[in-house]
Amino acid sequence: MTTTTTTTTTSTSTSTSTSTTATVVAGSAGAVEALDGAEGSLAARRTRRRRGLAPGKRLPASRLTGPALVVVVWAVASAAGQLDPGAIPAPWTVLRTSGQLWSDGTLPTDILTSLQRAGSGFALGLTAGVALALTAGLSRIGEALIDGTVQLNRAIPTLGLIPLFILWLGIGETFKIAIIAIVVYIPIYLNLYSALSGIDHRFVELAEVQGLSKLRFIREIVIPGALPGFFVGLRLGVTGSWLGLVVLEQINATSGLGYMMFQAQNYGRTDVILVGLLIYGIFGLVSDSAVRLIERRVLSWRRTLNS
Amino acid sequence: MATHTEQLTTEAAPTVRLRGLTRSFDGRTVLDHVDLDLPAGQLTALLGHSGSGKSTLLRAIAGLDHEVVGSGGLSAPDRVSVVFQDSRLLPWRRVLDNVLLGADGKEAAERGRAALAEVGLAGRERAWPNELSGGEAQRAALARSLVREPELLLADEPFGALDALTRIRMHGLLRELWERHRPSVLLVTHDVDEAIVLADRVLVLDQGRIGLDLAIDRPHPRSYRDPLLGEYRERLLAALGVTEDHTEDHTEDHTDDKNDKDQEVHQ
Repeated sequence: MTTTTTTTTTSTSTSTSTSTTATVVAGSAGAVEALDGAEGSLAARRTRRRRGLAPGKRLPASRLTGPALVVVVWAVASAAGQLDPGAIPAPWTVLRTSGQLWSDGTLPTDILTSLQRAGSGFALGLTAGVALALTAGLSRIGEALIDGTVQLNRAIPTLGLIPLFILWLGIGETFKIAIIAIVVYIPIYLNLYSALSGIDHRFVELAEVQGLSKLRFIREIVIPGALPGFFVGLRLGVTGSWLGLVVLEQINATSGLGYMMFQAQNYGRTDVILVGLLIYGIFGLVSDSAVRLIERRVLSWRRTLNS
Repeated sequence: MATHTEQLTTEAAPTVRLRGLTRSFDGRTVLDHVDLDLPAGQLTALLGHSGSGKSTLLRAIAGLDHEVVGSGGLSAPDRVSVVFQDSRLLPWRRVLDNVLLGADGKEAAERGRAALAEVGLAGRERAWPNELSGGEAQRAALARSLVREPELLLADEPFGALDALTRIRMHGLLRELWERHRPSVLLVTHDVDEAIVLADRVLVLDQGRIGLDLAIDRPHPRSYRDPLLGEYRERLLAALGVTEDHTEDHTEDHTDDKNDKDQEVHQ
């Protein structure tokens, strides 16, 4: 059996050189002789399909399957009275609470405040991250000035900067936005900078041969080549803006989702905490999907590679 | 054959002129006072072992070697195109945009389309590079080099990564393009047969110098089976230091082949 498979595969690669042709012909002749008797099983072997090792086709809406299952288990356990309503309230309780919070106006205000904080911090961090990465990635002087500094900044846990920033910027909105901006800019900078400086030297040669100016080289080769790396950083930055928010809204806030959740903790309202977590989760998911969508549009040339 | 070269050089100034070109890396001399003239419109092949400095020479002429300047006399035209072993298409640009890299204007777009049509890729302008086969990608790279209307086309083992059948077709295409546009061509290769079939002049680079400068005076299209080309082949192999054992090996291969055919008949 094994000899059959080897001969069929080798005889396809005949064209390389005369010497290999010679051995292959001799080999297959011998093998055919040996397998004369086993003709029937040989045919069976050939029609049988190989076991595929790729994971196969993706299931429809596969990303939602897991979360949906969690919700179902949660609902069933609550209905069966297996969960302490004080610790984990039932899904419908959470829904009812969010309805109440929405209609009395507190939830819309909290969401808006949180969105504003995350949005401004993200915008600031994105701008800073891109500007710094471009400067460091495209000029040696910029690299010398910026890269070491950012690497140092990265080594300091950003949340550890909170006390200092409160003293510098006051305990209002400014320091919150500044901290979120720092959480966001670091992954964006790191990924974009490494993508810019890791440009394939073969493309540098090509640009020289084609007589591209420095500006066109950057615009037509360096930047498009760095976009995949930029999107990796962007997704990390988006998630980071939500992570920073939860912590920051504990500190001298009068509204926002984090504030709402910590107030609920004081009154033992687990349902309100779950509403907050749910909304954080939804926002995180939606913003990440939005970035993915943009990525797919912008990097459409990659799709052919993945399919 | 020397007179042939001289005739060409006296007719017009050479496209490429090298005098005493020397290049070393970390004390190891790769090019040792190379003197070379490439006349306008000649298709020249440069043969050599791997590591013999073929690519170094090509990169120096292409202006890609930024440290070679000043180490010897080197004059090359402004309009130089290079075809690399890999097609080197930018994956984020469609085929036509790749062909137009570095070219400007509406008129350039027309030339790009024409060049793609010439290499047999009409209709593939909007394709992404990773949708092309290896041969198609290399055709696109040839089209890109044509758009610049080069006086000098440098090709660094352009067919080295292609399968044998595609390579033969690409030989035909290169020769055809050369006949139509008549740039001066320097084709770097390690394939003796490729050099003989395509080039009008074959250089052998050995120990940092041009060891052999051979004009191949046979009409085109040439066949691999042309017995007269066999003589050129042997001279080139000798210059490359390929021993007799190898050629004997080759003939043995053929006899083996015959024996096997006999066996097959018996089966």
